[in-house]
Amino acid sequence: MRQTLLAVLSLCAMAVLLTGCGGDLVLLNSKGQIGIEQRDLIIIAFALMLLVVIPAIVMTLWFGWKYRSSNTAAEYLPDWSHSTKIEIVVWGVPCLIIGALAYLTYVTSHSLDPYKKIESSKPGIDIQVIAEPFKWVFIYPEANIATVNEVYIPDNTPVTFHITSDFTMNSFFIPQLGGQVYAMAGMKTQLNLIANEQGVFDGISANYAGHGFSKMRFKTHAVSDSDYSAWIQKVKTANTAVLDQDAIKRLTGYALQGVAEAKQAGHHSDETPDPVEYFSSVEPDLFQKVVNKYMVANHAHAEHGQPEQEEGAVAATPAHADMAGMDMAGGH
Amino acid sequence: MLLGKLSFDAIPTDPIVVMTMIAMAVGGLGLVAAITYFKKWKYLWTEWFTSIDHKKLGIMYIVVSMVMLLRGFADAIMMRLQLALASGGGPGYLHPEHYDQIFTAHGVIMIFFVAMGLVVGLMNVVVPLQIGARDVAFPLLNNFSFWMFASGAAFVMLSLVLGEFAATGWLAYPPLSGIAYSPGVGVDYYIWALQISGLGTLLTGVNFFVTIIKMRAPGMKLMQMPIFTWTALCTAVLIIAAFPILAGTLAMLTADRYFGMHFFTNEAGGSPMLYVNLIWTWGHPEVYILVLPAFGAFSEIVATFSGKRLFGYKSMVYATVAITVLSFVVWVHHFFTMGAGANVNAFFGIMTMIIAIPTGVKIFSWLFTMYKGRVQLNSAMLWTLGFLVTFSIGGMTGVLMAVPPADFVVHNSLFLIAHFHNVIIGGVVFGMFAALTYWFPKMFGFKLNEKWGVASFWFWLTGFYFAFMPLYILGFMGMTRRLNTIGEGHADWQPYLLVAMFGAVLVALGILCQLIQIFVSIRDYKKNPDVSGDPWNGRTLEWATSSPAPFYNFAHLPEVHDIDTFWEEKQKGIAYQRPTAGYEEIHMPTNRSEGLIITFFISVFGFAMIWHIWWLAVAGLALAIISLIASSFNKHVDYFVPAAKVEEIENERFKQLEQFNGRG
Repeated sequence: MRQTLLAVLSLCAMAVLLTGCGGDLVLLNSKGQIGIEQRDLIIIAFALMLLVVIPAIVMTLWFGWKYRSSNTAAEYLPDWSHSTKIEIVVWGVPCLIIGALAYLTYVTSHSLDPYKKIESSKPGIDIQVIAEPFKWVFIYPEANIATVNEVYIPDNTPVTFHITSDFTMNSFFIPQLGGQVYAMAGMKTQLNLIANEQGVFDGISANYAGHGFSKMRFKTHAVSDSDYSAWIQKVKTANTAVLDQDAIKRLTGYALQGVAEAKQAGHHSDETPDPVEYFSSVEPDLFQKVVNKYMVANHAHAEHGQPEQEEGAVAATPAHADMAGMDMAGGH
Repeated sequence: MLLGKLSFDAIPTDPIVVMTMIAMAVGGLGLVAAITYFKKWKYLWTEWFTSIDHKKLGIMYIVVSMVMLLRGFADAIMMRLQLALASGGGPGYLHPEHYDQIFTAHGVIMIFFVAMGLVVGLMNVVVPLQIGARDVAFPLLNNFSFWMFASGAAFVMLSLVLGEFAATGWLAYPPLSGIAYSPGVGVDYYIWALQISGLGTLLTGVNFFVTIIKMRAPGMKLMQMPIFTWTALCTAVLIIAAFPILAGTLAMLTADRYFGMHFFTNEAGGSPMLYVNLIWTWGHPEVYILVLPAFGAFSEIVATFSGKRLFGYKSMVYATVAITVLSFVVWVHHFFTMGAGANVNAFFGIMTMIIAIPTGVKIFSWLFTMYKGRVQLNSAMLWTLGFLVTFSIGGMTGVLMAVPPADFVVHNSLFLIAHFHNVIIGGVVFGMFAALTYWFPKMFGFKLNEKWGVASFWFWLTGFYFAFMPLYILGFMGMTRRLNTIGEGHADWQPYLLVAMFGAVLVALGILCQLIQIFVSIRDYKKNPDVSGDPWNGRTLEWATSSPAPFYNFAHLPEVHDIDTFWEEKQKGIAYQRPTAGYEEIHMPTNRSEGLIITFFISVFGFAMIWHIWWLAVAGLALAIISLIASSFNKHVDYFVPAAKVEEIENERFKQLEQFNGRG
């Protein structure tokens, strides 16, 4: 049943793609398992809703036309204003459709929870993501390397992005692979994605973060395992630069100062993305230090006596993920 | 020191802004000169500015809102032009420092000073008439509320020529809106404009809640109130519950910015997400504050122009109340992507889609009101049909985004932009235009020109679809909102951005048609008079009195026995009856200037706070409090209209009615 429905719907979607729209509808042309499931969900939800929306639109035009005042042949019942049968239908049908959607929502909220690890025969990799003023910093803890505005992932391998921000709120988003999660200072969020195919995918910040926000673009390269290893080697041997807190300070200060100066001078601040940078090694625990930077003044750990949770543990159970989420909203 | 942060540097030098400043200055001076030349200052002061008449205040709300609509739309078309020009990968014509202020101002103006103004203005004009009351419960407060609203609008306009406006997006999320990332006065303009107008709105909510609960005509039970009044009541409840949250949230942001506190900062234990939660706890109900009265207006219009009772009155009322309650438990759907757990997201997603049920019921009730009716396809009804189609689509895309995993990919994208414009333009804006067409004769005594009204509708409708359908597609193409430039590699976005630009031009033509419509209608007002006070064969009480209604609304308070009282009276042939025992004197409030004076001092306070001119802030606040206290000693607050005077006015009215009936 579900297969048939999906087949029909994908045909409809294809028809739309072929006839209506030129260009690449990346959300419907997902290259990652998460994105594909989200796309299917969108199509099913649309189909369910069209069951009631199409009749509503047809009835609007039909009633408006049929009962137009010049059509005196149509029946006219000025005092008719109640029908139990119709009332049951107009409450009942939306209830049924929303009931179905609610079920779908509950199930997919869990199955597509961004914190949920993706099951795969291949072991996953972790990448730490820091939103810096108008650029993205990626840290590969295992390989102990870091990059700016470029991320490589092996295809068909689950990737866990650990995300934070070092300035305003951003949203980490690679549209063609699947959903997004906010990047917030002093907090850690997670996003689990997987690339089903090799390719180069756009990555963006999907939350306005200040004047340089438009240039927070980066490329995500999904490549074969061997190409991935080769790229890691390339970064490792590219230079002797170390990504440490001083390097972070340089990255941060420069961008904010640039925007301020451009504003003072009244001309366009530079809108092209900052160049890709490689760092062959990374200061130990740098990601956690960036998160903690916003906690220190509060002595958060001392006051609550709460040890920082191991990152792996956060996503271990869905129930735990809830708590992590709420903690994030509340900010410890 | 004496002037705080204020100096000549505060005057912008950007050529686009300078041109706007010059245009505004010339227009403003022209207006002042014209008023002076025609010696209209005294008339404006005594008949309008100090008026406590709800009908006149309503008209003033609508006038301010229409002016702000022009400003907000100018922002919109500048944004569309920027993206159309930048769609080839270039920088466009607006640098981000300017562009970011424009999209912020656009959102703030359209929500707070256009949609809110039109909704509150309409409630002012209609509600007391619909419930058979002589004015609102607190007439002076009503005048004060209007001036606070106008003051907020003035601050947004002032930011254009003095300093800057916020460049944070219309909800000013911290930490971006904090002092560390927005050190200028822009966010301060935002804060004080919204605090001042927000206080006015809150008091309006209180005023209308009390008015509807306490001042209904004898016999009018709650379940006999016209649907528009029901929606106004629910909107008042929402305002009372939601606006204090806005005030508190902005106050905390103020404390962060002015006193170095850390409610919402990144550092020292502040929680920006707390702000996001709080602002949406206000923000989501705000959406329903706007759309419920539009729903109410459609209900009146569809029943009147179908010549038929509203289908499912009780369902309508229950649906309205259900939406009111549910609107407070859905706010997290604005940020499913913050990383909350699956259960939290599922809960808020499901609560959100439940709202679709009562909303769907409403749509079907309007449809079955047309069913077996005699539908007059005039411009008010065209807006309604356009709404039914457009809103159904917008509702659908909204429910889609209530499914958290689906929202993860379209959140903050142009799909979202298309969605909320779809419901706000298709719902609130179409609703307000339909309502203004419908109640215009009640406000002014003549009808709006139909031809230009119909033309405006078609431009707005097609313009809307051309402007926003491409944005849905762009959302699916991975384009996020608030981008100033799009860079290389997105050539396939260009056609859609150009079509959207074309749509904005069509909407501009729609607005032009409306301006012409107003001009033509005033020029030809003798051709479209509303002599009877009942131009549409109406059903509710506001049509029982003359157009425009006399300042006391009803010479004797009507007795209500039914939902569509006036319709029933006309059916039974007992409408337009004169009191057998003769007219009685009428107790009315007097016009007062205190509302304007207190608002003036509060505005001085706000201005001084924005620019850190502390001595002036203290003086402004002190004078506001002193004038508030002084106003409470004013004993000339009411008077009696002599029975003879009432009789004279009513005799004139009935003479006109007889002539009209004789001709008809």
